[in-house]
Amino acid sequence: MTISIDPQKTNNESLQPKGWLRYFSFSLDHKVIGIQYLVCGFLFYLIGGTLASAIRIELASPMSDFMPRDVYNQVLTLHGTIMIFLWIVPVVNGAFGNYLIPFYVGARDMAFPRLNAVAFWLIPPSGLMLVASYFVEGAAQAGWTAYPPLSITTPQSGQIIWILSVLLLGGSSIFGGINFIATIIKLRRPGLKLMQLPMYCWAMLGTSLLVVLSTPVLAGTLILLSFDIIANTGFFNPVLGGNVVVYQHLFWFYSHPAVYIMVLPAFGLVSEILPVHARKPLFGYTTMVFSIMGIVVLGLVVWAHHMFTSGTPPWMRLFFTIATAFIAVPTGIKFFNWVATLWGGKISINSAMLFSCGFIINFVFGGITGVALAQVPFDIHVHDTYFVVAHFHYIVYGGTVFIIFSSIYHWFPKVTGKMLNEKLGILHFIITFIGFNLCFAPQHWLGLNGMPRRVAEYDPQFQFVNQISSLGALLMAISTIPFLINVFLSVRNGKNAGDNPWNALTPEWLTSSPPPVENWEGEAPLVEEPYGYGKEISEQK
Amino acid sequence: MTTLDSSKEIQKNNSEVHETHEDFRMFGLITFLIADGMTFAGFFAAYLTYKAVNPLPDGAIYELELPIPTLNTILLLVSSATFHKAGKALLKDKNSDSQKWLFFTAFLGIIFLICQLFEYFHLPFGLTDNLFASTFYALTGFHGLHVTLGTLMILIIAWQSRINGGRLTSQNMFPLEAVELYWHFVDGIWVVLFIILYLL
Repeated sequence: MTISIDPQKTNNESLQPKGWLRYFSFSLDHKVIGIQYLVCGFLFYLIGGTLASAIRIELASPMSDFMPRDVYNQVLTLHGTIMIFLWIVPVVNGAFGNYLIPFYVGARDMAFPRLNAVAFWLIPPSGLMLVASYFVEGAAQAGWTAYPPLSITTPQSGQIIWILSVLLLGGSSIFGGINFIATIIKLRRPGLKLMQLPMYCWAMLGTSLLVVLSTPVLAGTLILLSFDIIANTGFFNPVLGGNVVVYQHLFWFYSHPAVYIMVLPAFGLVSEILPVHARKPLFGYTTMVFSIMGIVVLGLVVWAHHMFTSGTPPWMRLFFTIATAFIAVPTGIKFFNWVATLWGGKISINSAMLFSCGFIINFVFGGITGVALAQVPFDIHVHDTYFVVAHFHYIVYGGTVFIIFSSIYHWFPKVTGKMLNEKLGILHFIITFIGFNLCFAPQHWLGLNGMPRRVAEYDPQFQFVNQISSLGALLMAISTIPFLINVFLSVRNGKNAGDNPWNALTPEWLTSSPPPVENWEGEAPLVEEPYGYGKEISEQK
Repeated sequence: MTTLDSSKEIQKNNSEVHETHEDFRMFGLITFLIADGMTFAGFFAAYLTYKAVNPLPDGAIYELELPIPTLNTILLLVSSATFHKAGKALLKDKNSDSQKWLFFTAFLGIIFLICQLFEYFHLPFGLTDNLFASTFYALTGFHGLHVTLGTLMILIIAWQSRINGGRLTSQNMFPLEAVELYWHFVDGIWVVLFIILYLL
């Protein structure tokens, strides 16, 4: 008996269920897995969003009257963990990465389809486990950072389930990262050079490097933390001679790169969307590539800027301040490249474009507060206040989630073959943009005036501003409704999109919509200039 | 599920459709080992930081005897060589030789684990005694877990390299090469661990 050693032979889609049932199967098709990631992530987004609404309802009044204080802690912990590990990371990496990367490298599937499916199917059980931990002795209460000694002293079962769940999600993330690196480096179609790849490939390559290098450190740290909780060791417990700052170093060695794991793919996606809807080549391709790789390298050596108040020695503060400030350089280059891409373009104002522009606006604001937070004197003043909450949400919601929506509007026609309704899309954008800024911009002021985060009660003088913020959160919750209506209506009755409704040049648009099981009927096309828009026009003339 | 016949047919069709490409499973494994190495790097960093900034309480016992770990280092280094021999033998289609070398390698791995357990039982400190003890057990335990998994995998491929019906042949070297790379990796980690934990 011989066993086939070609991994692609095991990827036998003909044996897999058809129709909608395939989305509930252990499918090896990268497109099915991508949609599984997206829908699963969106369901968790709804859960995390409900928790966020609960937080904002609680904070509409200065007293803790909507829920008890310990429940508030559980809610904020679950909100953070779900949004980061079950919505943003899986969707912006797993969903779009799986769907697009094989197209971009001219492959029929990912390098390791089976590993890919395993990576996805780790997510629903760990997510459900996390949510269910609320019903056991209460969920974890120590925030998404799980800092000891708080995480050691709060009820154990919730914290242990939290650790298990994050370990599984980390494993899923590492498997995904290995798969992306192998696919981008090794599975490129013959003749396709690295510097001809669409920008999202570069973003995912950088992201996956960060995943592979930093996630294991988090896993190791959480294993040590679980020893502290279960076996009464003292790694991070000062009472037993341990050192809490070591936890913080190890945790942020993962969790600062995690911010780039959340935002770099969004950089890649926006670089795909802007040229198409502005009908111009992406400005500064080479600088974009080097900026991404610069962010990857710098992203690994800035983690201690989260710890300026943890008794870090002056040399360490100096080093991490400078390193962090340096990140503004590649990020700024990317920002100016996007603006230059738009400059003089033939811009179509559609939902995808609006969300991308919203991203640029929000992100530059979040970036500026980020540079401010890197400065030690300022950071010490606003540490653990709502300023940090505002900054963070400007990056991950105003940045990444805007791009997730932009990408859904952009690639929905490819996935389903139907167009989304533009009017509902623009309505969705307007409500989201206003709601988001109304919710988080006032929090900068709250933080500067000293309102601490992660506390259910606050000084009554902050009530009015908190109510504005809660109103914004309400708008954000409402903004989901037109989006959901739009998706459900368009899947059934949407206008037929055709294969390439945007006249885009990247490879995924050069096949039918929805694409066939193995992506192309014949050989994969060789796209040497994924952004050759100007040239296309001049040739037509 | 479809019947075996039709699945065979589809497989045949697929092999016609699919263009062949180079085998990049080794590339994936190397990426994974880098990730695994980062876990150890995190542990080593934590240990070294503790050593630098967290003094142990007075009277804490943390003396380590060197003979057993030195023996263990030699065992693992020899086992790397014997594993290499197994690969060479398989390449020359000497399956039974290869199998012998693999069993010998697994035997060395088991001896390593027994020595490790022997050391555990004779150490003057337990897991929760002090910070050094906890880190010591966490590091060696995590490494021991790797050795255990490696030994199991060696036993599996030793079974697979049997002459009649074994799937491991000179044409299909990947399982052996993969486990070999993993085993060398675990060896390398042990050498670093030995230097940092016992000698430093």
